[in-house]
Amino acid sequence: MTAIIDYDAGNIRSVANALARLGEAYVLTADPAQIAAADRVILPGVGNAAVAVEKLRERGLEPVVRRLRRPVLGICVGMQILCRDSEEGAARGLGIFDAHVRRFPDDPDAKVPHMGWNRLAHCESKLLQGLPQGSWAYFVHSYYASACPDTVATCTHGGIRFSAALHYENFYGTQFHPEKSGDTGEQILSNFLKL
Amino acid sequence: MVAKRIIPCLDVKDGSVVKGVNFAGLREVGDAVEMGAAYSADGADELVYLDISASREGRRTFVELVEKISRRIDIPFTVGGGIASLDDAARLLGAGADKVTLNSAAVADPALIGRIAARYGSQFVVCAIDAKQVDGVWRVMTHGGTRLTDRELYSWAREAAERGAGEILFTSMDHDGTKGGYPCAVYARLCDSLRIPVIASGGAGSVADIAEVLSAGKADAALAASIFHFGEIPIPELKRGLLARNINVRI
Repeated sequence: MTAIIDYDAGNIRSVANALARLGEAYVLTADPAQIAAADRVILPGVGNAAVAVEKLRERGLEPVVRRLRRPVLGICVGMQILCRDSEEGAARGLGIFDAHVRRFPDDPDAKVPHMGWNRLAHCESKLLQGLPQGSWAYFVHSYYASACPDTVATCTHGGIRFSAALHYENFYGTQFHPEKSGDTGEQILSNFLKL
Repeated sequence: MVAKRIIPCLDVKDGSVVKGVNFAGLREVGDAVEMGAAYSADGADELVYLDISASREGRRTFVELVEKISRRIDIPFTVGGGIASLDDAARLLGAGADKVTLNSAAVADPALIGRIAARYGSQFVVCAIDAKQVDGVWRVMTHGGTRLTDRELYSWAREAAERGAGEILFTSMDHDGTKGGYPCAVYARLCDSLRIPVIASGGAGSVADIAEVLSAGKADAALAASIFHFGEIPIPELKRGLLARNINVRI
């Protein structure tokens, strides 16, 4: 059973639908006991990182997430709030990934938000197993996590090479939306469900 | 580098896909979920579903359809048609839509863009603009291109972006349905004046037309309906043609 954390920070329907397509049982929940008992946890999120992390804290879920020892996958803003901090609303993250989250600079040739399909360059990682180099993933974001020792995949927008995927111990994160990334995303979610 | 996007648009009436040429003479072309899945398998980067039902019953059917699309489709999809309030947008988000497109309702109530963007983020709001040239001025039209307004294309697009729209979908009513190509100079000016992505719609008759609007026209994406629905330009062929012209597309 996979728990999808339901903390009012975005469209969790698509993540749930993606798991259903893979035949995975899931529960949408903000209940600490249910989250702690799940085989795996997904932390989704869109919108503002400062608002999202506040909503997680309001529900008392920060220590719950931090203590998880089973596989955890943060998606988009869900990944960003697992980083050290974010320029967006000067948010303090959970500090699991050793990355800072910054805003893309204004650049006429690289529109912000970075929206659409872009290519991944990745290294050996259980999460990304079976993916050819240069696989396409779907991104929608205005802030990015810097490249750091936890980076397992990068992507480039407007000359900035940022973390497209992160991994530290049992925690994984993707800046892109695997649930919206066609076959690439399906492969990644299926890898995550096997961890 | 982010790829230029190819977006089939499916007009839906009472749950089925229809496509009218110049918004008249509707004819049914297929099942909305199956067509979307087929386009996704063919390499479409996103899908747009527009509800053109006029009835309350038709609108309810559309929300149910959005739920079915969301269960089946694993690429982003946008829905539109008749969205006039934050509640309408919330219902569609709840059903699984990734974005909503606003058109007439945003012209009537520009603050609606900001209300939806503030609640769900700019990435969720696409502002669709239909316009035609009248005495040398690109004037915005509403109600499916039947009503001329006093608004002007460029200033309305800028205002929509400032209010929180995440993308602009511009259709020239002078070119829509003609298959004679896009007004590329207009697109280039629009793209230069905005920091958000612009989707070109209406007028494509060939791979070269689409290549031109994505290069000279500077558009970030191209949306079309009939050339895809009737198999005139299959998406794989289109994308190979774009790649051959050095346009970065996802293949």
